[in-house]
Amino acid sequence: MTTIKLTINNTPATLSVSPIKRLLDVLRDDLHLTGTKEGCGEGECGACAILMNGELVNSCLIPALQADNATLTTIEGLANATHLHPIQQCFLEQGGAQCGICTPGMILATHHLLAQYPNPTDAQIREGLAGNLCRCTGYMRIFESVRQAAAKSLLPNH
Amino acid sequence: MSETKSILGSSPLRKEGRPKVLGAAQYIDDLTLPGMWHGATVRSTIARGTIRSITFAPHINWSEYAIVRASDIPGENAIVHLPKDHPCLAAREINHVAEPILLLAHPEKSALLAAKAAIHIDYDELPGIFNIEASEAAVAAFINDPNDTDNIIWPGSSEGGTPNCFKNYQMYTGEAAPTESALVEAFEAADFIVEGEYTTGAQEQLYIEPNGVIAECDLDPVTGHVRGVTVRGSMQCPYYLVHALTLVFNLPEEKCRVIQVETGGAFGGKEDFPSVIGSHAALLAMKSGHPVKIIYDRGEDMAATTKRHPSRTRLRTAVSRDGKLLGGTIDVAIDGGAYATLSPVVLSRATIHAPGPYKWPHLRVRSKAMATNIPPHGAFRGFGAPQSLFALERHMDKIAYTIGFTPEEFRRRNFLSTGDHTATGQPLVEPVDMHHLLTRALADSGYHAKRAAFAESNQHSRIKRGVGFAAFMHGTGFTGSGERRLNSLVHLDILADGRPQVLVSSTEFGQGTNTILCQVAAEALHLPYDDILIHEVDTAAVPNSGPTVASRTAMIVGKLVERAANEVLATLRTQAALPTPHTREQFIAAAQRHHAQQGFLRASVRYEPPAKIFWDDDLYRGDAYPGYAWAVYVAEVAVDLNTYQVQVTRFDALQEVGRVLHPILAKGQIEGGIAQGIGYALYEKCVYKDGHLMNNQMTNYIMPTSADLPDIHVTFEEVPSLHGPGGAKGIGELPMDGPAPAILNAIENATGIGFNSIPLLPEDVYERLTSLTARPHGGAEDLNPVVDQATRTESPEVNA
Repeated sequence: MTTIKLTINNTPATLSVSPIKRLLDVLRDDLHLTGTKEGCGEGECGACAILMNGELVNSCLIPALQADNATLTTIEGLANATHLHPIQQCFLEQGGAQCGICTPGMILATHHLLAQYPNPTDAQIREGLAGNLCRCTGYMRIFESVRQAAAKSLLPNH
Repeated sequence: MSETKSILGSSPLRKEGRPKVLGAAQYIDDLTLPGMWHGATVRSTIARGTIRSITFAPHINWSEYAIVRASDIPGENAIVHLPKDHPCLAAREINHVAEPILLLAHPEKSALLAAKAAIHIDYDELPGIFNIEASEAAVAAFINDPNDTDNIIWPGSSEGGTPNCFKNYQMYTGEAAPTESALVEAFEAADFIVEGEYTTGAQEQLYIEPNGVIAECDLDPVTGHVRGVTVRGSMQCPYYLVHALTLVFNLPEEKCRVIQVETGGAFGGKEDFPSVIGSHAALLAMKSGHPVKIIYDRGEDMAATTKRHPSRTRLRTAVSRDGKLLGGTIDVAIDGGAYATLSPVVLSRATIHAPGPYKWPHLRVRSKAMATNIPPHGAFRGFGAPQSLFALERHMDKIAYTIGFTPEEFRRRNFLSTGDHTATGQPLVEPVDMHHLLTRALADSGYHAKRAAFAESNQHSRIKRGVGFAAFMHGTGFTGSGERRLNSLVHLDILADGRPQVLVSSTEFGQGTNTILCQVAAEALHLPYDDILIHEVDTAAVPNSGPTVASRTAMIVGKLVERAANEVLATLRTQAALPTPHTREQFIAAAQRHHAQQGFLRASVRYEPPAKIFWDDDLYRGDAYPGYAWAVYVAEVAVDLNTYQVQVTRFDALQEVGRVLHPILAKGQIEGGIAQGIGYALYEKCVYKDGHLMNNQMTNYIMPTSADLPDIHVTFEEVPSLHGPGGAKGIGELPMDGPAPAILNAIENATGIGFNSIPLLPEDVYERLTSLTARPHGGAEDLNPVVDQATRTESPEVNA
């Protein structure tokens, strides 16, 4: 066991975990943040994607020790008490979520994409989401969700 | 009536959408029950043989584990299907790789991996049968010598099926004997006889959430006997699992409770398989005395669960010089895997869809589902239709090129129209206009201009571009007498606060069940969509509205919800003075009044077969489906002769699906199905070696990403159907049927080479383009001889 300190969704946390425990399991088992999903366990599907120090990472590939002193954002950290995050709102309205299992990772990938490219081209959207597999939508409604989120300039500046 | 505009045809927010985008939706792996243990499955490592011994290595403290073997099963060791050939756990005989033999449970999930590795199973191994041809050869050997049963891997069954063949059908356009003699005449009179063979591979559903369940067992504290079981899980058909549990535990239905939790994709892959994993977890709960969770990891899910049936379809067609189909024979064979499971039903849909949307004066379709030593193949969106429609729509292009017609004109001369009879003799009572669909789809996609432009540009480029299309249909609901047998039931309750609640066993797994059923209820009750509740799918509370499969939910279950809503209105009007029309407030007041005076109000509505719908299971004739969705899909491709990669560069999908209930959900369904269809055609290959799936990972089983797919343009023709709520028909499976043939037709247009096998990977394109001297359309293939009767050339039998 090792002690790690991190900031999760703007809240500091100190945990005693095995240093090689997957960050995915730390989130789900230790922090009870089950919005982050496991789809493949080998970094292919992006269902476990989160933001770590602003970068989009697959949490199934990150050992806990690597998250020491990191700032993490999971799907639970986007909405406030009363409102969905604008990206979440657009996914909801445009049919970007079907079964919902890829949705948390897809929304965080979108967050990361729009932080890089506030007004992304279609090619940038396709490229930016290519690490997140969705088997339901064929991606078209997801692209539309991303375009809406960008077009309405709903994303807060940061 | 309130002044709101129609709810059907609008796009209200997905009922369970908010928790999904918040990450708050609870899937099975997000749930933990008090005292819960974790389960794992010990599986066979051989494809065929018998278990000689099982040894448990001494370094593990086995007393910490619950261990279940076949002999622990209190009821029958069988997964519920008609021939009870499919064991819940293998007792002695092994018929496929990854067959479950033992179940383990432990309080710590991390303790399972080492335990599994510490169990050693010895086998007496037998040679396996791994494809349709090997299974057929075994049958041929057996017929030749009844003592030669070495490769008979499935014995036949009193419920149907013969050695190595789970099921076969023969379907004729008329009575059998007259059709046979008419076929002989048709082939004699034909100007052209065109033959072809087409094959399709297995395909993984690849729902992003693997199969998983949590089971609890109620044990009698004195006797230790099982009094009841409860299973929660990711699934499509909770009542299927109820029936599986009744068999495995020898319990009455009311003691087997199943609760569907949020389900992360299914596509058929969670139709019948939850009966297996659900029974397993329940057995472990019985043995351990604790709730037990089993979640497959991706590798186990891909190796052990069902896939789409591989297929081989042979067509022989008699055609006249003026482009008319005179007659044909279609022979469909599918690889069912090791046990019958759903193969007979999949085969049925493959058989009935094989003739496509065309008039066949004389046709015979023969089909069979063969046994192999591969894990059982099962349900996957389309359910047999994508296989036979791939063959047909490739073959239609082949005929066109052979007889000197365009693919468009040849199809136009043979399309079914309103009032015509399908190959099963079903009169098309509702309007069908394939001509219009084709005209519009080709115009919307710029087909003709592209064909001309690509013919020019391909002369100067190593990127060969092409455009092709497929015309097809998909039957809505269970085949033939299936809906009559299902006898579905729905409830619509009015709660004490006046809010209506829909109770069905129809499950939400992304397609939009919750949303559209609430829309239907809201429309019929003249209430806002947000007022309608839908009950959790818990078999202790909801009636059996049938399985969530076969594109049946919108049309069949939706209609029952509509009828239930009308009953509620009638009751409130006669018993609680609900005025006509009414406002939302008047409805709530009347509902509360009814509740106070007469108590709980529930409308229960059962399926009633439409009048004049008739199906003969023995002759395989009649009204195969209450309705059909019709479509023309156009694919545009670029074949790179440097990399041999095929890219779909644009996709246009036009369909007539009756009334569109929810445009955003409907488009999402179609686009998602097309993406799976593109994967089926060009990306997704199951690689087997000695019965092992070698690529049971997302790393080496490639599904399309956002960077791979083209823009998909989805359009609808809306022709309200008589049978569905508000005129809706089914749409869920339709989009799986068209992409593969449209894409391969486009590749032929681009390269001049007809590819007749999917998946078509770059190495396959390379192989063909570098080993063949391409000749003009239709003639390049020695494997698929084309005979022009005018030259009186003999027709060699197709063999491959």
